[in-house]
Amino acid sequence: MKAPDLVPVSLEVNGTRFEGEAEPRKTLADFLREELGLTGVNLGCEHGVCGACSVLLDGAVVRSCILLAVQADGCKITTIEGLAKEEKLHPIQQAFLDHHALQCGFCTPGMVLAAVDLLKRCPHPSEIQIREALSGNLCMCTGYVNIVRAVSAAAERMRTAEKP
Amino acid sequence: MKPAPFLYYRARSIEEALDLLTGTAANGKLLAGGQSLVPLLNLRLARPEALIDLNGIPGLSYIRSEANEIAIGALTRQREMEFSELLAKELPLLAEAIPQIGHPAIRNRGTLGGSLAHADPAAELPCALTALDARLVAVGPGGERAIRAEDFFTGFYATALADNEILKEVRIPLEKRAAGWSFVEFARRHGDFALAEVSVLLFADGGGRCASARVVAGGSVERPIRLTTVETLIQDEISPGAQASTLADVLKHAEHLAATEIQSSGASDYLCHLTGVLARRALESAIERWRKA
Repeated sequence: MKAPDLVPVSLEVNGTRFEGEAEPRKTLADFLREELGLTGVNLGCEHGVCGACSVLLDGAVVRSCILLAVQADGCKITTIEGLAKEEKLHPIQQAFLDHHALQCGFCTPGMVLAAVDLLKRCPHPSEIQIREALSGNLCMCTGYVNIVRAVSAAAERMRTAEKP
Repeated sequence: MKPAPFLYYRARSIEEALDLLTGTAANGKLLAGGQSLVPLLNLRLARPEALIDLNGIPGLSYIRSEANEIAIGALTRQREMEFSELLAKELPLLAEAIPQIGHPAIRNRGTLGGSLAHADPAAELPCALTALDARLVAVGPGGERAIRAEDFFTGFYATALADNEILKEVRIPLEKRAAGWSFVEFARRHGDFALAEVSVLLFADGGGRCASARVVAGGSVERPIRLTTVETLIQDEISPGAQASTLADVLKHAEHLAATEIQSSGASDYLCHLTGVLARRALESAIERWRKA
């Protein structure tokens, strides 16, 4: 079979418009890593089990290894690279740092983005809700306790920051 | 872990998707949320010549209340169903099953129609919708037809959909309100595929007794099956005010019947036992809800 034609893909990634093209079989994860150099999109299992490649698609956390780049056409993507404002970390990133919630760091981008999705719709999460929201993200260092603490602390900080 | 090459078509209407499916991309697979299909492509367990992407088709994502029915568009994301107030109010069984599908990231992309058409025996939606006696509306070159959920799932990853049909909508009847309901599953880890699952709906008569029950098992069998011996037992024996000792006896009997029914479908001893236990737990929980109401 001859190689299928490239398909135009137009996306907004971390606030920047990007017009490109992709072979249909290219996953969004590979597209972000290879075309845009966003290597914070980590590839672990490559079949939708580990959560390391999580990104936000129109604000909702999804696994970029089981989404085709061509399917993201017209969407807004946020990767871990797009969370910090210049030198100031996102409150969830800062909380991960403060609570030693990363060891090898491989799962961290996915964990942080899954937490962003959670805290947007659930500003007062219980520990059970945090664990449920992060259940699709595997930490092979098994550092879950501090990850849950960090998300809980970030939720509190974000609630306080929003008060006038 | 990369898919083999395939041709990609973005359908803009059901008609266009049907044309592709019966013409240019006759050997193609339909792509909805992709949460089952893309892993299969990555693992190269599936190597379709072409994919027909349905995500660009407008008007296939909705949850509406219609005359004595709830209608849900096939492209509705599971996450939208999870947070739907209408479903929580009208179809609490479905509302209980949906958060048990995979993880939030999966439900953000996964669609109702995709899960049903894929027909994984371990999936939650086929089991719950069989209990709810849903009608699955398929559209093909000859027009539309409605298929009862019980007739839709025909085996492992197999459905009554013809090669040239597309699942368009699911309609769930509301004529009978369940007095008690429960969806219970067991997976080794949170969010994993269920080893076994059971849906229970109890319908009351005017006198506070069980007029009928629907009890459906999934996961441990190749497709959702109604546990008819359990349904008959419950219909004959259950009312929410039953003496606790009697109820415990009935539930024990139900556990045994469920395990025996699954055994005739060829499930392993462990899965028969597990299904029996889950049936008992689901019935307990459904009866508890009925009692509280």
